[in-house]
Amino acid sequence: MQYALEGSQALARTVALCRPQVIAAYPITPQTHIVENLSKLVADGVLDCELVSVESEFSAASVVLGAVAAGARAYTASSSQGILLMCEVLFNIAGLRLPMVMTCANRAVSGPLSIWNDQQDSMAVRDAGWIQLYCTSNQDAVDTTIQAYHISEQTELPVMVCVDGFTLTHTLEVLDIPDQQQVDRYLPPFNFERRLDPASPISIGTLVAPDYFTEARGDHHRAMNNAQQAIVAAAAGWEDVCGRRQNPLICIHDMTDARIGILTLGSIAGTLADARDRYQNVPATRLMALRTFRPFPAEAIRQACAGLTDLVVLERALSPGSGGIVGTEIRAALSEMQNAPRVHNFSVGLGGRDVPLDIYPRIHEAVRAGSGIPFDIIDLEPDKLPAAV
Amino acid sequence: MGDSPDQMNYRHLRHAQPRFSGLESGHRACQGCGEALGARLVTEAAGPDVVYANATGCLEVFTTAWPDSSWRVPWIHSLFENAPAVAAGMEAALKARGKATRVISMGGDGSTFDIGFQALSGMLERGHNVLHVCFDNEAYMNTGVQRSSSTPHAAATTTSPSGKERMGKRHLKKDIVSIVAAHHIPYAATSSVAYPSDIRKKVRRALAIDGPTFLHIHTPCPLGWGHDGALSIEVARLAVQTGLFPIIELERGRLAGSMPIRTVRPVTDYLQLQTRFRHLFADDDRAREELEHLQALADHNIEIYNLRGTQADSRDSEGADTVRRGGMRWA
Amino acid sequence: MQPTDHCIPRGAAGNMIEIRIHGRGGQGNVVAAYLLATAAFEEGRHVQAFPNFGAERRGAPVTAFVRIADRPIRRRCQVLEPAFLIVQDDTLLHLPDITAGLQAGGAVLVNSTRDGAELAAQLDCAVVALPASALAQEILGRPVPNTALLSAFLALTGLLPQAALLKALGQRFHGKVLEHNRQLVEQAAAQVSAGAWQEGPHAVRA
Repeated sequence: MQYALEGSQALARTVALCRPQVIAAYPITPQTHIVENLSKLVADGVLDCELVSVESEFSAASVVLGAVAAGARAYTASSSQGILLMCEVLFNIAGLRLPMVMTCANRAVSGPLSIWNDQQDSMAVRDAGWIQLYCTSNQDAVDTTIQAYHISEQTELPVMVCVDGFTLTHTLEVLDIPDQQQVDRYLPPFNFERRLDPASPISIGTLVAPDYFTEARGDHHRAMNNAQQAIVAAAAGWEDVCGRRQNPLICIHDMTDARIGILTLGSIAGTLADARDRYQNVPATRLMALRTFRPFPAEAIRQACAGLTDLVVLERALSPGSGGIVGTEIRAALSEMQNAPRVHNFSVGLGGRDVPLDIYPRIHEAVRAGSGIPFDIIDLEPDKLPAAV
Repeated sequence: MGDSPDQMNYRHLRHAQPRFSGLESGHRACQGCGEALGARLVTEAAGPDVVYANATGCLEVFTTAWPDSSWRVPWIHSLFENAPAVAAGMEAALKARGKATRVISMGGDGSTFDIGFQALSGMLERGHNVLHVCFDNEAYMNTGVQRSSSTPHAAATTTSPSGKERMGKRHLKKDIVSIVAAHHIPYAATSSVAYPSDIRKKVRRALAIDGPTFLHIHTPCPLGWGHDGALSIEVARLAVQTGLFPIIELERGRLAGSMPIRTVRPVTDYLQLQTRFRHLFADDDRAREELEHLQALADHNIEIYNLRGTQADSRDSEGADTVRRGGMRWA
Repeated sequence: MQPTDHCIPRGAAGNMIEIRIHGRGGQGNVVAAYLLATAAFEEGRHVQAFPNFGAERRGAPVTAFVRIADRPIRRRCQVLEPAFLIVQDDTLLHLPDITAGLQAGGAVLVNSTRDGAELAAQLDCAVVALPASALAQEILGRPVPNTALLSAFLALTGLLPQAALLKALGQRFHGKVLEHNRQLVEQAAAQVSAGAWQEGPHAVRA
């Protein structure tokens, strides 16, 4: 059913439809409306679950860890500083193979302080062992959140659903919220085989010496790689239920005979689509939005880039002193291609700087100029920089 | 057992009773480890229908060298600072699933007093139906005896050693049970591995209560405190009998019971058994001053908790002192 | 069922109207945007509404954006070339860039007791002034300008019927408050010349 909803509101309703049994709530801009809306649903008796209003994000992640270990479907959300604060727990959850879903409302990481959107927070924890899915729109976020539970419980890997903070969370738009029967058909009740149960006691989180640790980590890595199949299957399964097609690994917008491609993650994909229609006097361009970042779908990316001479990786984070994060990984993946495209890696929109339509001709200009710089912050305004040290 | 009824005494009776073994033998604790004893007593008293969250520290390290585990109860170790939060999550899950299984959170002094303090406070404040047990060996023992806020004043650790300029830890032992009690939880108590029945009773009492409860158990560490493993119980008992570690119960922040000391011992009886206090016995004015400080702390505890007891009680059949509540013997 | 690829919806932007709403923190700037978008949704349009998020404090200038289109809206950038401006507080007219990007033929609706012609001269574009706060004070008992401004805006542009706005209001208000809002919608619409902006720039360049 269609509603005009703010992104966070839609996410809260979606989470409620997934029948979580325990939710840990700690506020941080721009995720706060999600937990506020969930609190209201609980207070109004719409959502029957244990809502634990914890005292920090560290505890939020710890509470959902314990909840899943004790056999309950759980949810929490955070951003930026909160994601970083719970970092240790994120590694723990993934390493202990506890299935759960978390929304990361992407926001820049201090310092300096910023409450606005970029993807530094989720990128900073890309090695924690979570599945990471990046949403291009609020409808995408709704559908991906539901699929995330399916994927997580099937693979026993936690899933982080990345949703651009403010840009998506605080935008009101028309969204289709599935009904409870549709979600129930798709998501059976959570039945975690390794849950803590006095009838059959186990120990979780033991000390593992060098003679077994490698295998534990190797098993996790293998499970993450295999999860690509589950991600694809989950999308197909959800399409059967709701009729909306998802591009589970990478979304390719018009596979034309374009020689130039622009790949991005998240909501700026929509802006690029409109920009491409407006600015017709630049070369034909293939637009791509990477949805699955972890596991890293190298093969799907290579296939998506087939035939390109130039690929622009336009990302919302960077590694200071190195450059792009996504771009670096994509370069590595493409290096195994015959006739791999030249990669032009840019960061854009850091700390919530607006990414306007004319970024598109500016990207093309940069590609044409062919600067040879492996990485640049394309929207940096040099006159605002302090004098070089 | 083949003994005649005349020979049956309380020792045999006790051993003949079936006991639930939550922590099995075969773990790798040091000889004389107070924490291992404490954990065995706690899990025994709590019974099988409990799930445990255990903070990082000696206990989880020496009990779970994968693929083996000493725990016969469902048990999870997550991180150092989050056992009470993990426990809160488990409690919420069990509640949501309609289960009556209880939840116990366990941690040492490092996780309870320091790095996990926030998580503990949050769990208490939200009123979760969780018992947090702190096994207090008064330092970060697992990592090699570094000071925690539980380390007693003037004790030597690797990060609070004695030397030309210092006489061990400068700061006082954090009064954790008062801080916990200030959350106005239904029940907060201290105990010691020198009084096993006291621990059992308090665990059962706590689990009979609906709401957050806290048990602070003094557990000697022979390695870290510097005494022979065979002396652990004696050392633990002396800590109580000097008044340095008072055995008390607090309900909603108010003193509800205490274990009186029949014969108060001077603090030196306790301190001289442990090399972590060795520097206090030097022929040194500062050492003498610190001994006075410690004696004053002990005297203060005896006074505020009214710990001075009467003469020996011949009816005390268990051979252990008992917490007196409101003047009546509490069994 | 024909699957729709909503990852990046296909098709050009088509007819899209972009509106920028200026206000001060505490005046319901975001609410105005959401109400307008919701009204358009009730009429079957595709919509997008969002604030120019800042560290909002009461009284600080804030901006919100609305897009209304007949196709799914894909772009997520700020509205740089609005067809219309709605200004909730006329003291904001002193801001140097307030009309920045306003399209040729675009128009501004201002909550003001001042004379529209005077403001038009000051801003050098089409301006309609409406004493929205005063109207609201009279009918609602609080000087909240949103309902009046939105009603006038719809009347001027012919973009949506008043009924759509009333439906949107009905989701937020009930009983007496809703009834008073209904009266305010009528009165405000009556105070402007209906359809005066119908020939405005109704389509953003695709």
